[in-house]
Amino acid sequence: MTTSRKRFTAPQRLLHWLMAICILTMLFIGVGMVSTVTPKYLTLVQIHKPLGIAILVLALIRLTLRFVYKAPALPPDLPEPIRLGAELSQYLLYALMIGMPLIGWGMLSAASYPVVLFGSVHLPSILPLSPTLHTWLWRAHHYLAFAFFVTILMHVGAILFHKLIRNDGIFETMAPVLTRNQPK
Amino acid sequence: MDQSPASPKSFRLGPLLFIAAVLGIAAIAFAYTAGWLSPHRLTPKKLVAALAPPGGPALGHRRNHAKGICFTGTFEANGAGSSLSKAPVFVPGQYPVVGRFNLATANADAADAMVRVRGIGVSIKTPDGQEWRMAMIDAPIFPVSTPQAFYELLTASGSKDPDAMKKFIGAHPGFLSFVGWAKSAPWTASYAEERYNSLNSFLFVDGSGATQTVRWSLVPAAQPVPISPEELAKRGPDFLEQEITRRVAAGPQRWNLVVTVANPGDPTADPNKAWPSDRRTVDVGTLTVQQIEQEPTGPCLNINFDPTVLPSGITTSDDPFPAARSAAYSRSYNSRTAEASYYPGKETGAKQ
Repeated sequence: MTTSRKRFTAPQRLLHWLMAICILTMLFIGVGMVSTVTPKYLTLVQIHKPLGIAILVLALIRLTLRFVYKAPALPPDLPEPIRLGAELSQYLLYALMIGMPLIGWGMLSAASYPVVLFGSVHLPSILPLSPTLHTWLWRAHHYLAFAFFVTILMHVGAILFHKLIRNDGIFETMAPVLTRNQPK
Repeated sequence: MDQSPASPKSFRLGPLLFIAAVLGIAAIAFAYTAGWLSPHRLTPKKLVAALAPPGGPALGHRRNHAKGICFTGTFEANGAGSSLSKAPVFVPGQYPVVGRFNLATANADAADAMVRVRGIGVSIKTPDGQEWRMAMIDAPIFPVSTPQAFYELLTASGSKDPDAMKKFIGAHPGFLSFVGWAKSAPWTASYAEERYNSLNSFLFVDGSGATQTVRWSLVPAAQPVPISPEELAKRGPDFLEQEITRRVAAGPQRWNLVVTVANPGDPTADPNKAWPSDRRTVDVGTLTVQQIEQEPTGPCLNINFDPTVLPSGITTSDDPFPAARSAAYSRSYNSRTAEASYYPGKETGAKQ
């Protein structure tokens, strides 16, 4: 699943950075909205739902592009534990990007809330009304949100480690612009 | 200067500190957003916890309006509402309703005669998949003007400080208008004889995008028969549920949905203030309650009557309550559905 290209393709990089903004915004909105009873609550909830669906759609497009264009190979000298971490974190991030919106959608469905995106545009219910399902999905959505944030922190920490300490070219594979001469 | 990626690095503290700072700042920003650094923020958790009686909440039940009974029926729009809102629910026709009569108490076993405020939850669905939920009470005004004041009311009424209520009333004199209603308004012996009011204002948006600030009421077709609280206290603890079950079995019960339109300058953000009685009203249709179902097996049990579930054509206004109610109701719903095994109907069948 790798390519000889040194960098991800432009559409992949664009999606990565667009989704980075969307997902961080989403996590802050999520944790913020459940902490307030002010009118901000409704504004945040109204952004949370369509943004979550947007992330789901973008993640599916991105996964498709990943199959089509593949990823640049990791440096051959990368120590095995770091290589394992790098690969596992990508599976984890894809699972969360696709899983969290689906869990949220399912959670609203299992509580029989209409899933309104904007105006009269709404999504169908994907699960029957069920307190048991709702409880499991709600808990999953809650705890996975924190896991998602921690995973992103680790991702950011790791890529800064690759850039600032190892300087091994991994950061450059996804950098929005070239930040140094490409390794040969 | 690039180092060869493969060469071993001499240990440098700078980059590590930088990485730690980036992650630390992100984590602090997240914690701040979550309210973990703001102990005074009024969170849904605090608001819902304040509703609980001294012995703790009734597990598996709504955290407020805990006692209730389900109904099904229809809303028949007469078309008049379309002049105010483009919501499809106002297009002439009949739409299915699920609802719940309830008592404004956190005690799921309260005796019906002991609870001053009665309420109704209504959900109307239109064929295009949109839904309008409302939760209304029979008081003409809300006890306080802001969600923060409501939290202070709950805290004061649960306080051991004998002066707590006095201090609260000093800070929120509007509460006395509510007390005035509670002491003087006649009681009735039936959910069917109550007028239920939205209290909160909302915006109606018509086809051209013009908005009107409105409140609405369900006005009963049944004639209210005043009865003294002493007389009610002699009845069984569930007389309201028994009465409405018998009454609806004998014939459907009806309410008119009457929308009141605010004039400019009316206190649209303050449900503690009534609007002048000469405001324009529009009768937009009829709610018909056709069947009563016990809550444990009824269709309302797992519905959250969140008043911000609104069709396109109705939105929230500058009234701060619907947002606070939505946040708190959601919290209550998440808690009680996780406690579903404690709900009495799960073990004992229909409530007696």
